[in-house]
Amino acid sequence: MNVAAIFPTDPAAAAAALAQQGNLATDALQGVLPAGVPWWMITLGGAGLGFAAIMGFVTVMSMFSIWLERKVAGHIQVRLGPMRVGGWHGWAQSIADGVKLLLKEDIVILGADKVLFKLAPALVLGTALATFVALPFGPGAMIADVDLGVYFIIAISSVTTIGIIMAGWGSNNKWSVYGAMREAAQVASYEIPFGLSLMPPVIYYGSFSLRAATEAQAGWGGLHWYIFDPLTFWVAIPSFVLFFVSILAETKRAPFDLPESESELVAGFHTEYSGIRFSFFFLEEYAAMFVMSGVGAAFWFGGWNFPGLSLLEGSPVLHSLAAVGVFTVKSMLLVFVMMWVRWTVPRLRIDQVMTLGYKYLTPLTLICVFAAALAEYLKS
Amino acid sequence: MATTSEETSARNADGVREFEIDVRTQDVELNMGPQHPATHGVLRVLLRADGEILTGGQCHLGYLHRCAEKIGESVDYIQYLPYTDRYDYLAAMNNNLGYSLAVEKLLGVEVPVRGQYLRTIIAELNRIASHLVAVGTYGLDVGAFTPFFYALREREMILDLFEKICGARLTYSYIRPGGVMNDAPAGWLEGVDEFCDWMDSKWKEHWNLLIESKIFIERTAKVGVVTAEQAIDWGCTGPMLRGSGVDWDLRRDQPYLVYDRLDYQVIVGVGHRGTVGDCFDRTYVRMFEIVESVKMIRQCLAAIQDGEVCHPDVGLLLRPAPGEAYVGIENPRGELGHYIVSDGSKIAKRVRVRAPSFCNLAVIEDILPGCMLADAAAIIGATDIVIGETDR
Repeated sequence: MNVAAIFPTDPAAAAAALAQQGNLATDALQGVLPAGVPWWMITLGGAGLGFAAIMGFVTVMSMFSIWLERKVAGHIQVRLGPMRVGGWHGWAQSIADGVKLLLKEDIVILGADKVLFKLAPALVLGTALATFVALPFGPGAMIADVDLGVYFIIAISSVTTIGIIMAGWGSNNKWSVYGAMREAAQVASYEIPFGLSLMPPVIYYGSFSLRAATEAQAGWGGLHWYIFDPLTFWVAIPSFVLFFVSILAETKRAPFDLPESESELVAGFHTEYSGIRFSFFFLEEYAAMFVMSGVGAAFWFGGWNFPGLSLLEGSPVLHSLAAVGVFTVKSMLLVFVMMWVRWTVPRLRIDQVMTLGYKYLTPLTLICVFAAALAEYLKS
Repeated sequence: MATTSEETSARNADGVREFEIDVRTQDVELNMGPQHPATHGVLRVLLRADGEILTGGQCHLGYLHRCAEKIGESVDYIQYLPYTDRYDYLAAMNNNLGYSLAVEKLLGVEVPVRGQYLRTIIAELNRIASHLVAVGTYGLDVGAFTPFFYALREREMILDLFEKICGARLTYSYIRPGGVMNDAPAGWLEGVDEFCDWMDSKWKEHWNLLIESKIFIERTAKVGVVTAEQAIDWGCTGPMLRGSGVDWDLRRDQPYLVYDRLDYQVIVGVGHRGTVGDCFDRTYVRMFEIVESVKMIRQCLAAIQDGEVCHPDVGLLLRPAPGEAYVGIENPRGELGHYIVSDGSKIAKRVRVRAPSFCNLAVIEDILPGCMLADAAAIIGATDIVIGETDR
């Protein structure tokens, strides 16, 4: 690729390049800022705006998810969960915990590989945040409309593994190394069924773009979801189940939480982390859960489409906000199912995880891909 | 670390090197414990692992050693009773019972019938409580969190009953030489009956939630198999022995209290989901022993009569005639034996405790090699050790 095409110096070419990026944040800035502002400032400003939006959303969403997880766990386990902090059902528990983690002593153990140890949480959280860029929250509420949205999410979320291996290795702790190695083995294996299980919807929509997928499901008053399509639901439902099992493994949620299985590996790769660095891993887990659920919601459950949403089309801002709400609720429902599973089932052993991935999920997802192709052929 | 040498690569009978190259890696030595979530206390297991496969494991004990036996030789008979609570703190009533029976054998006294029935009810209630914790924490060991809380909910009712009868919730000292501390308060026996109904209705919930879960079966069936010979050779008792298919229960084979008057079954592992003697069978035995215990309690409740609960001649200062006595009882974890030597003074000459957890734990060194790392947690959990008892 031509460097000049990516970093054009000519203002007209720069504006054209910016327009081509399909970056909604820069588009918005271009509308607001006066003409004559250099293109790189707009790009940087857009990046900053996007980062602020993601960071704010992820922080609030993760805190809510952590509180929800504890309430869900509590009610499943015949207890109440947090009840005191903040008054109503302990709603401020996550904030209190966050403050506690911020104020805790930052311990870097003796003998740790300091560079890796300190870099790992940042890398892990950073990649988790980057995946939010491609999530289709609503019309006009995407940071960047990436053509290969799903591909981007698969690629970036795999980088998290490197951060976790760094954390495990840098901790100078055998249990951490075990956790990291398990993570590497598990995520590398489940990348295959995870990627393949996304292929049936990609074939159905004819696009890797999450926005295109969402817009394709807009019919029938907002209920033309992939999973409801009478011609293809027989592919959509099994492929979603396989996708869901794969994302449990990809986000290391029970029953695939082997990298941090507390009864075997103490706390796995984050055994030696405390304070804010530990909370980075914690945030990453919930961010990854949300992103994966978001992909599921966009591909199978209509994304932001919902009956009645079209009534708001007169006011773009309100419509956008409502769409963001619908998409977030749909994703959170999938996150809730992940929590439900976690507090119900025991944990698999590493060889069973591998068996499930290679012997069952991979062939089944391949069959789904063929079935999806067949469905498209029959439709045409 | 990884070395591939020409010498170690596999050769077939003709001395021709085969396709596969034998890669030898250095074993990792892992200290599982003394602070580790899966070792149920301060047990330290030194594991040797080749990747995820274990090549060896050795238990190191003594982190909770409190000289219980020595204390027994320096305080008088009744003063030692509260120390017995502390060996197996999940089944303190049974510990009291074992010690009391041994002291009574030295004294040659017979406990009144009502006292015997109360002791039986209490011992079986405590067995249920102990098995609930055993199965619940076993769920934690294989990664299921929720069954533990369900188990604690049921155990809570037993602890409430114990609190009503003796005031304590963990270390009771309720059963004592001569009988029991006091008679059951009004309405207590009805409370026990209510608990039996509750336990009967909730047992299926535990069974379906944890034991019949596909993943639980995968994790425990055919894992950590202890053969009947191994179990006998290593001196295993209790669910550990019966899980291996050996039909041996001291309540039936050396009856004490009123067990010979009760109708119940001795549960033996049958390889319900895997092979006889695997971790699943041990859990299976514990689960069905809960059912049998409820049955026994019901029969005791039907048969119990009014009367004395404690032998009137047994006071607080005991001076048994010189001699020795050994009494073994069926603790939830196996045979709890007390061997007491009296020299006629108010302090025992020797108190020796045969702790079931200690003997059951020994066998894991035999079965750990060849298992996966995650199985180590499953195997240690299935032996259901209480470190207070292994170390005393």
